[in-house]
Amino acid sequence: MAPVVASMASRLGDIPPCAGVGLKAEHYRQIIEHAPDVGFFEVHAENYMGAGGPPHRYLGAIRERYPLSLHGVGLSIGAHAPLDREHLARLSELVTRYEPGLFSEHLAWSSHGANFYNDLLPVPYTRETLDRVCDHIDEVQEVLGRQMLLENPSTYLAFAESTYSEPLFIAEVARRTGCGLLFDVNNLYVACTNQEWDSASYIRDYPLQYVQEIHLAGHKPDRDEKDRPLLIDTHDRLVDAPVWRLFEHVIGMTGPVPTLIEWDANVPAWPQLEAEAARAETILATVRQGEVRRAALG
Amino acid sequence: MRPLAERQGAFAGGLLDAARPIPSGLFGPDGQASLKRFSVYRNNVVVSLIEALEAAYPATVRLVGEEFFRAMARAYAVAHPPTSPIMLGYGDGFADFIAGFAPARDLPYLADVARIERAWLEAYHAPDAMPLTADTLAPVAQDVAGSLVFQMHPSLRIVRSRYPALTIWRMNVTDGEPVSVDLERGGEDVLIVRPDVEVEVRSLPPGGLEFVRTLAAGHCLEQATEHAIPIEGFDLAANLAGLLGAGAFIGFVNSRTRG
Repeated sequence: MAPVVASMASRLGDIPPCAGVGLKAEHYRQIIEHAPDVGFFEVHAENYMGAGGPPHRYLGAIRERYPLSLHGVGLSIGAHAPLDREHLARLSELVTRYEPGLFSEHLAWSSHGANFYNDLLPVPYTRETLDRVCDHIDEVQEVLGRQMLLENPSTYLAFAESTYSEPLFIAEVARRTGCGLLFDVNNLYVACTNQEWDSASYIRDYPLQYVQEIHLAGHKPDRDEKDRPLLIDTHDRLVDAPVWRLFEHVIGMTGPVPTLIEWDANVPAWPQLEAEAARAETILATVRQGEVRRAALG
Repeated sequence: MRPLAERQGAFAGGLLDAARPIPSGLFGPDGQASLKRFSVYRNNVVVSLIEALEAAYPATVRLVGEEFFRAMARAYAVAHPPTSPIMLGYGDGFADFIAGFAPARDLPYLADVARIERAWLEAYHAPDAMPLTADTLAPVAQDVAGSLVFQMHPSLRIVRSRYPALTIWRMNVTDGEPVSVDLERGGEDVLIVRPDVEVEVRSLPPGGLEFVRTLAAGHCLEQATEHAIPIEGFDLAANLAGLLGAGAFIGFVNSRTRG
């Protein structure tokens, strides 16, 4: 299948290159009553696959006021098995209903046989996986009629059979399918720490030109049995200092892109999330001003 | 090179069974196997399922305490992992599992409290529909009322308990007030429905469960009344008013003129 053209992504409700926040049920009322100044909200698609009820009520009201990004966590794009067509149809319904500015999914798998494992499991970076992932992304883009973004994983171990580095694998997927990329900078830091990869060379090999969104989140530090650092991608706390530094470095190269604060467990009161988003926004604004200055200097 | 299908089969097989050796060919940065690293995935899977159950069954958690609940939820999750990526629906067999869970035998009402919580969750996510109001029914002539067949609200659920499970549930939700409960005092029948935004949980009067169940099966008002009337204390007018007030109906047809 021919790559999906990039222009398909720009439609209703475009996501601005600003800081956004992952939408949590705990904050529905606060957001509707106080209309906080954030660039966009993002939701997990599967949380809105119920038939009706308050989640749709609130999401509809928030969608009227803010750009929305849709983030899938259950499509299992990295599985060997074919995609779940019913699930893809449900995603398509959500895309039609809420007209999100972006749709993203993970380079991971979570279904096998009859079971759904509710976690983003890692894939070996082989030619076979590459072909499979590309076929699945082609199918997603065809069914949804739009470009999707693929997110890099946080990983805890490596596969003996891998023959590509992660950034080169992702570059090849993007080149072959025409998908965009969601660069999760926390995942980058977690994976580089856990795998003892050099983050500078990861970024050098990673195709930054396809990045349309960034994720930032907190992780939990642990150690493995040989006392090596093992970072767990928990999304339950503040963004760590080295992740902020990597974020500045990355957007220094890509320019400002929509940047999401993800906080999915131990969800804090709204002001703390808003403060994290404001911190990201300050960094984005610095880059924006730098671009304006460069443009003015000609 | 290990083909992907075989690799994912072995990986998946090791996730729920912590006693299994970890799959081969999975390495830390030194190229050596690492139980701790594979265990991160094991832990993520099982803990995420336990947390999904905790979120869906908060009163059950309060009744048994977090430690007991997590052990019970772990046993359920490992035996019954989800089969759908929509986690909103996970745990539909949990109440039945609790009923057969030996360590919870001392709390015979626990499974019924879980059934109420499950019905609440299903009602919360059910399709939206506008309930009938009492004045819609007012113009119906008395002599045809018996042949009316009601269309029930898609969120409507009923739970029958041999124990005062509704009273116990109420005490164990947010802002619940403790009251003394006599487990011997008899059972409670519960109606759960979400007419608009809020889920309504109500006690059904005597015969109410038989009445609403017969209506929900598509029988006319007269047949539902016949089913419920042998039950001592059944009051047709009160039951009908209660169901209308709860928003249990979304439409009706006259079964005599239908078709």
